[in-house]
Amino acid sequence: MEVSMTVNGKGVSADVEPRVLLVDFVRNNLGLTGTSIGCDTSQCGACTVHMDAMAVKSCTVLAVQADGSDITTIEGLTTNGQLHPMQQAFWDAHGLQCGFCTPGMIMASVKLAHGHPNLTDEEVRHGLEGNFCRCTGYQNIVKAVKAGAASMGGQS
Amino acid sequence: MSRYMGTSVKRVEDPRFLRGQGKYVANLTLPNMAHAAVKRSPLAHATITSIDTSRAEALEGVIAVYTGKDLLEGTGGFKCGSLPCGWQVPDLNTPPHNPLAVDKVRHVGDGIAVVVAESPYIAEDALELIDVELDPLPAVVDARAAMSDESPLVHESAEKNVSFHWPLGDEDAVNEALSNSDHVVELEFVNQRLIANAMEPRATAAEWDPAMESLTLWTTSQNPHTIRLLLGAFTLGIPEHKIRVISPDVGGGFGSKIFHYPEEVIIPFVARAVGRPVKWVASRSESYITDAQGRDHVTKAKLGFNEDGTMTGLHVTTWANMGAYLSTFAPLIPTALYITLFAGVYKTPVIFGEAYGTFTNTVSVDAYRGAGRPEASYMIETMVDLAARKLDMDPVEFRRKNLIQADEFPYQTPVALVYDSGNYQALFDKIEELSDYDALRKEQEAARAEGRLVGVGFASCIEASGPAPSAAAVGLGAAIGLFESGAIRVHPTGKVTVLTGSHSHGQGHETTFAQIVADGFGIDIEDIDVVHGDTDRVQYGVGTYGSRSAALGGSALVKSAEKIREKLKKIAAHQLEASVEDMVYDQDEGTISVAGSPDAVKTFAELAFASIVADNLPEGMEPGLEEMTFYDPSNFTFPASAHVAKVEIDPKTGEVDLQSYAAVDDVGNVINPMIVEGQILGGIVQGVGQALWEHGIYDEEGQLLSGSMLSYAMPRADRFPSIAVDRIETPSPHNPLGVKGAGEMGTIAATAAVSSAVLDALAPLGITHLNMPLTAEKIHRAIAAAGNGGGE
Repeated sequence: MEVSMTVNGKGVSADVEPRVLLVDFVRNNLGLTGTSIGCDTSQCGACTVHMDAMAVKSCTVLAVQADGSDITTIEGLTTNGQLHPMQQAFWDAHGLQCGFCTPGMIMASVKLAHGHPNLTDEEVRHGLEGNFCRCTGYQNIVKAVKAGAASMGGQS
Repeated sequence: MSRYMGTSVKRVEDPRFLRGQGKYVANLTLPNMAHAAVKRSPLAHATITSIDTSRAEALEGVIAVYTGKDLLEGTGGFKCGSLPCGWQVPDLNTPPHNPLAVDKVRHVGDGIAVVVAESPYIAEDALELIDVELDPLPAVVDARAAMSDESPLVHESAEKNVSFHWPLGDEDAVNEALSNSDHVVELEFVNQRLIANAMEPRATAAEWDPAMESLTLWTTSQNPHTIRLLLGAFTLGIPEHKIRVISPDVGGGFGSKIFHYPEEVIIPFVARAVGRPVKWVASRSESYITDAQGRDHVTKAKLGFNEDGTMTGLHVTTWANMGAYLSTFAPLIPTALYITLFAGVYKTPVIFGEAYGTFTNTVSVDAYRGAGRPEASYMIETMVDLAARKLDMDPVEFRRKNLIQADEFPYQTPVALVYDSGNYQALFDKIEELSDYDALRKEQEAARAEGRLVGVGFASCIEASGPAPSAAAVGLGAAIGLFESGAIRVHPTGKVTVLTGSHSHGQGHETTFAQIVADGFGIDIEDIDVVHGDTDRVQYGVGTYGSRSAALGGSALVKSAEKIREKLKKIAAHQLEASVEDMVYDQDEGTISVAGSPDAVKTFAELAFASIVADNLPEGMEPGLEEMTFYDPSNFTFPASAHVAKVEIDPKTGEVDLQSYAAVDDVGNVINPMIVEGQILGGIVQGVGQALWEHGIYDEEGQLLSGSMLSYAMPRADRFPSIAVDRIETPSPHNPLGVKGAGEMGTIAATAAVSSAVLDALAPLGITHLNMPLTAEKIHRAIAAAGNGGGE
């Protein structure tokens, strides 16, 4: 099937099998391997990307369902090479160790912080319950997301 | 004096991860690359009666299909050997472990055939077209039941399914001590099976170069040199110097990526056979049934103590589940990493421990974060709590009565180890303050008066980290020494490449090792790159596990830096026309000057360049500036911890609410406090996972019931309070950094602390013990049963 979408600001079109997952499409067809695959049951959130206004687990979306949508992956988060405030906050707060869950964690956090510059610990912990991290114990992620949200100031 | 050591330098490796540029094996694309998938057994124990691959081979896009027999018999003189066990305890029974099963499958997930195809989707499709006939056999899953005469044999060669029996200590002396004690508490319990769940599933890619007759293997390993050694010596038979193993960015390991896995044999075999690079990436479901798992002990323990609270003797028998095959280091975990830790932080005068390692129809069990030491700590701390409760004594007071004193180090335990240093009283003082222990107890008293189930748990633990002195390790069963290497290559412009045999898969070595070297020379951290995880770039390495990297890999770099400083001093002395003894290396400034003549000075970069220009070197000195060290420690390091957890249990649902958690750890000197704290925090959450939720559950037929992230309860962000972390620093006296291991302490203590808190909450109901995980359902049932007049 023919699909067309905008990925990180660029229009892309491809002929894909109907069963191809969005995460496989961005990784294999577009070479955007920053989006990780951590599970096959939509629990871990490592593959989180932005699809229009939503953060979605891209292992749960078919590429054909994303036809016509605006997709942002971790590679599209920087501006002119500058880290996004949420990326910077993860760095500052030691919010990552092995880095594998990090792209999904950051993409989920950016959406969580959108419109919410003053997130509480509880809001962050609840908001990220669908993103697993095996390394950090989450505490520094919570710290990072709160700081990132503050510096985003409610913007995206 | 130092500028970087002891400070929370932000991690230099982070930008690539933050930008989605991590170089994980799954992200690798090679020209003309094909994709592999493995057909796996759906049954835990069965005879393979036939395999028909013809329908799969006929599928468009399938390149080839191979079975276990194909790998064994080989193609073009190239065949696969049995996966070896690298830890040989006395009288070990090591049955063969073929990379793909040949006559029989022995666990759900055992590989049967491999498909190579043009895409991962086609390879998966083809798996469905392989026709395998299996004749089911009865299965055994329990470590102790495996030894019964009624149990089926997993391997014909292992009588009663026993792989080994490992006793340590004077059993007669312990029995006598127990019979002379005022009290003895006894308990039989299970330390449940866990699944590591590193967020990156395993992956392996291979490329065979027919012109050079050499193999490049990319694999998600914590120790690529070990994998190369095993490939060369056992499984592939390709000479070691013709193998390059690369473990680039690895997304967490926790032990599960130490071992030599079948796919590291299968994928090179098929890559060579089809003449194309081939990549295999595990799905998460596949990880659950193929990654080596952790823990899974059945244990009977007896602790003797007197009326005054003094511990007198400890007797422990453990049945340790090895799974279907012996994984690479499996026999080590319930023996030298478990029984030797039975003294804990206490002065128990006599101890006897023994472990039976048994085969079952389950996935192999090997090291998982802590590896033997969390099992030991959980056992000791659970028994100590029982003893304190029996005397109606505060558990902290009971522990304090038995602590090894600060002036008793080095301390010889009755179970072989000599503890290097520690100050457990200071640890206790600090945790009581940090957790506000007395206030917690008062709060608990008030809550109990209202009929609420509030518990306070305490755990004080020891770890033997930094394995290991090679002679000791080999004496205990290691097939090779467990030193570590570190080389420093100074480039002509004064920039530095560090080559370490340690492997970082989240630990931040690119930062901490750069801190060590930057301070070693007095140069900027930006001028240093740390290289790891590539056997063609790094001389040799043992790898990262057992909280060994700072103590061993870091110490190797300290020694290499020392050697380079000595050479630089000689060059400087020669060029400044002074004696070497008068040379002063200023490690803050990165300069060498003549004592008393600060103007006679050379910088690090000037001297590095001079070593390459080489026209004005001391007579007989070789040009260049590169040094290497193989550092073999004289002992383990012994980090210690004291953790306090507070929980409240909802009596209606049995749900545990972890309300506060405080941890004080002693990991010796600290190179980067931010990174150490991150290791402790992550470790604690993993340990709490075992106490409350995680469980790899097999049914009687050997089916893994918690075989996905849907059914295996991973710790989530919303289940935790903010954890208070602090530390004391008792330097290790025997490594130049004074560091002790930091990677596993959190996990070792947290499981015991949270289990202790839950059992403390339930104690007023007469519930003396519940096995982990302490799920709402289990607690709810226990409360209901207690209400009917008895515990579980």
